[in-house]
Amino acid sequence: MSNAPVNNGRRRFLTAATSVVGGVGVVGVAVPFIGSWNPSARAKAAGAPVEINVSKIEPGQLIRAEWRGKPVYVVRRTEEIIAGLSTHDGQLKDPQSEVPQQPDYAKNEYRSIKPEFLVALGVCTHLGCAPTHHKGDFDQHVDGVKDGFFCPCHGSKFDMAGRVFQSVPAPTNLMIPEHSFPTEDTLLIGVAGGEA
Amino acid sequence: MFSNLMAWIEQRLPLMDAMNKHAAQYPAPKNFNFWYVFGILASVVLVNQLLTGIWLTMNYEPSGEGAFASVEYIMRDVDYGWLLRYMHSTGASAFFIVVYLHMFRGMMYGSYQKPRELLWLFGMLIFLVLMAEAFMGYLLPWGNMSYWGAQVIISIFGAIPIIGDDLTLWIRGDYVISGATLNRFFALHVIALPLVLVVLVFLHILALHEVGSNNPDGTDIKKPKGSVAPEEQSKFTFHEQYTKKYDIVDAIPFHPYYTVKDLVAVVIFLILFCAVMFFAPEGGGYFIEAPNFEPANGLKTPEHIAPVWYFGPFYTILRIVPDKLLGAIAMFGAIVALFMLPWCDRGVVKSLRYRCTAHTVNLIQFAICFIILGILGTLPATPLNNMIGTIATFGYFGFFVAIWIYSKNEKTKPVPERVTG
Amino acid sequence: MKKFILAVLAMLPMLAIAAGPSLPLDKANNDLSDKASLKRGFEAYINNCLACHELKYQRYNRTFADLGISDADGMANYMYTGEKVGDHITNTMPAKEAAKWFGTAPPDLTLAARFRSPDWIYTYLRSFYVDESRPFGVNNKVFKDVGMPHVLQNLQGVRTMDEDGNLSEATGGTMTAEEYDEFARDLTNFLEYTGEPNKLERESLGYWVIGFLFILLFFAYLLKKEYWRDVH
Repeated sequence: MSNAPVNNGRRRFLTAATSVVGGVGVVGVAVPFIGSWNPSARAKAAGAPVEINVSKIEPGQLIRAEWRGKPVYVVRRTEEIIAGLSTHDGQLKDPQSEVPQQPDYAKNEYRSIKPEFLVALGVCTHLGCAPTHHKGDFDQHVDGVKDGFFCPCHGSKFDMAGRVFQSVPAPTNLMIPEHSFPTEDTLLIGVAGGEA
Repeated sequence: MFSNLMAWIEQRLPLMDAMNKHAAQYPAPKNFNFWYVFGILASVVLVNQLLTGIWLTMNYEPSGEGAFASVEYIMRDVDYGWLLRYMHSTGASAFFIVVYLHMFRGMMYGSYQKPRELLWLFGMLIFLVLMAEAFMGYLLPWGNMSYWGAQVIISIFGAIPIIGDDLTLWIRGDYVISGATLNRFFALHVIALPLVLVVLVFLHILALHEVGSNNPDGTDIKKPKGSVAPEEQSKFTFHEQYTKKYDIVDAIPFHPYYTVKDLVAVVIFLILFCAVMFFAPEGGGYFIEAPNFEPANGLKTPEHIAPVWYFGPFYTILRIVPDKLLGAIAMFGAIVALFMLPWCDRGVVKSLRYRCTAHTVNLIQFAICFIILGILGTLPATPLNNMIGTIATFGYFGFFVAIWIYSKNEKTKPVPERVTG
Repeated sequence: MKKFILAVLAMLPMLAIAAGPSLPLDKANNDLSDKASLKRGFEAYINNCLACHELKYQRYNRTFADLGISDADGMANYMYTGEKVGDHITNTMPAKEAAKWFGTAPPDLTLAARFRSPDWIYTYLRSFYVDESRPFGVNNKVFKDVGMPHVLQNLQGVRTMDEDGNLSEATGGTMTAEEYDEFARDLTNFLEYTGEPNKLERESLGYWVIGFLFILLFFAYLLKKEYWRDVH
C-alpha cells in the first residue's frame, strides 16, 4: 500500500477530467458516423434545382416537373381563374395562408410570385397522394368553383392556389416549394428568390 | 428507486456480478508490462472494424459493375465517407500488427502452456478467421490488385490433388473471379465471418478468465487455499469465484488499475493510428496498394502482384517451395505449427526470463525469420530473394523442431515464487 | 527485452532489399494548396485531355467549389457540352471505337495520380520523343510504346532521343521549356487533386485529432499515475 494517503480529491478531479475529455472524443468520433447519413453529393446533384421554360405552357394548362423525387405542379392560371380565387374564401380552412406552407414571398392571395403561375408540390398534405387537376368540372366537388385539385385517395379538395377546402381530411394547404424566376420565361424550382 | 430497479434486474440476470467477476474484482497480476496491451488494442481495432464496416456497407455496392465506383462514391460524395473508409483500411493493417505482437507476447512468456492451451487455440482460430476476413475484404474494392490477389490465393486450392480444379471453380462460382465471387465474399466478409469472430473473441476472453492471466514471470498468482499468510495476500477484494479456491498474491483488480493503464495505451495507439490514417493512409503503398486505384481487369495483370503485407510471411513460404502442392502444404503447415505450439513445447517453465539461453536465441531467430519472410512476401521472387526465403523458412519451422528438442530436459533458472517488479 | 527489440530493429535495414530497378522520375514539386495552379491545370485538362480521358468519379460542382470557382463562372468557362453542374466530368467518346483507334481505350484519369504518382505524370508529360516506328510517330521514355499521340506537341515542340537516352529539342513549340514545365506541373497538380479531393481536409483534420489525443493522453497518464500509487 502507498505510504502517502490516497488523495481522493485529486483522484476525483482526474477521473472527471479524463471522462469529460474522453466524452468529447466520443462525440467527435460520432460526427463522421452521423454526418455520413446526410444527402451525398450524388443525392444533392439529383436534387439540384430544376429549370422550366414557362413560356411554352398554355393558359390553363398544368405541367408536372420532378424535383427531389417529388411531383411539382406548375399551372399557368387564366385571368378568369385568378379572379375566381377570392370568391370562395369562406369555404377554405386557411384562406390567408397563415400556416407556413409556403415561402414568405409566396404568402399572398395567389400563393405565388407571379399571379399567373402556381408552383406547388403535387403531394396531398393528408397522406401524400397526388391530387388530380380538374379543369372546368371541379364544381362536381365544390359548388360554384370550376377549377381545383381533388385527391382521389381520401377526397381532399384544393383550389387553384393550392388552398385546402373545409371538411376534408387534408389539414393544410399544398406546399409551395422555393422557386424563383431568374428571367421572364424561366422558372427555377428549388432556389429561393423573387421575381426577376 | 434506481437501486430497486437494479436489484430487480440483478436477481434475474446478475449483470453486476458478471462485471465484478470480469473487471472490478478480476485478479490481474500486477507486473504486466508493455507487451500486455495488445489484447485490449486488438479489441479496440475490432470495434473500429465492426462499426466502420457497418457504415461502409450503407454505401458500398457489391457488384462487379458497381463496386469500384461505389468505393470512389464513398471517398468523394458521402460526407466523411473518406474518413470511414480510411479508418477501415488502416484498421485492417493495424489489426494484424497488434495481433502479431499479441501472439509474440504469448510465445515469449509461455502463455500457451498448460493450463492455457485452449486459450491459445481460440486465439489461433481468431487469427485464422481474421486472415479469411482480411482476404475476402481485400477483394471488395474491386481494384486490380484485389482481383489478381484473390486470383492467386484462390488458385492455391487448385494444388489439392483430384478435387483442386473443381474446388477453385466452386469457390469462384465462375470460370474467373467475377461478380459472383465478389457477392459471396461480400456476404461472408460482412456477416458470416464477423459473427464467428465475435463469438471466438468472447470464448477467448471467457477461457482467459477461467484460467487467469499469465504474466512476464510466468509464476502463478493463485496459490493453494490456506498456503499464504493473510498479510502476504493481496490487499484488494476479488470475486469469490477466485478467492474461494485460492489465496491470491501479487494481483490487483483489473478495474480501475488496468483500465486506466490500458486507456493510456489505447490513446498512444490511437495517436499512432491517426498519424498513419490522416497523413499516410496508403501506408507507403502497403496498406492500400497503388494498382488498386485501377478497376479490376481480368486481362491486365499488375506488373508485380504482392499480397497485402500481413500475408507476406505465409505467401513467401508458399512461393519458395518449387512444387505447387508442397508449397501449399508448407504454407498451411506454417499455420498448423502455430496451433501445435502448446504441444511442441514440452517445458514447464513459461517465461523466457527463466528458460535456457537456447530458447531466447530460438525465439529471436524465429522473430527475425518471420519478419524476413514478411518483407520477402512483398518483393518480387528473384533468385536471391528465394534463397533468403528458403533460409528463413527453415528458421521458421526450425523454431518448432528446436523447442521440442531442448524443452525436454531444459536447464532452467529458478523461477521466483512471487512476481518480480 | 529492450535489447531484443533494438536487435530486431537493427536488423531491419539489412533486410531492406531493393525493390527492383525503377526509372528515375523528375520531381513535380506541385502544391495542392495553390488554387491558381489547380485552376490552370483544370483548364488545361478540359482543353487538352478531356476529349479522350474522362474524370468519371469527379463532379464539376465539387471541382468548382474546391478550386474557388462559382457555379455560374464554372458553367460558362469550363463546361462546353450542356451537362448539369452536378454531373461527373465525362466525354462522349465511345470506348469500343476508341479501343480500335488507339489499341486500347484511353483510361479514366481521376485516380491516375494515385495509381502512378504525381512525379510519374509530370515526368511522363515531359518525356515524349520522336519514334517513327510507332503508329503516332512518338514514344515515351517512362511509358514504353504508349498508345497515345503527343497531343501537347505544338506546345512543347518536337523532341528526339539520342543513343544515351537523353532527350533534346529538335523544333521549338509555342511554349518555352520553362513554360511547358510549368504547364505540366499545373496539370499534374490538378490530377493529384482529382485523385483525392479531400487530401488537404484530411491532413488539417489530422492535426486537430492528434492534438486532441495528446490532451486526452495528458489526463489519462495523470489518472493512471494517481491510481497506480496504490500498487507496490
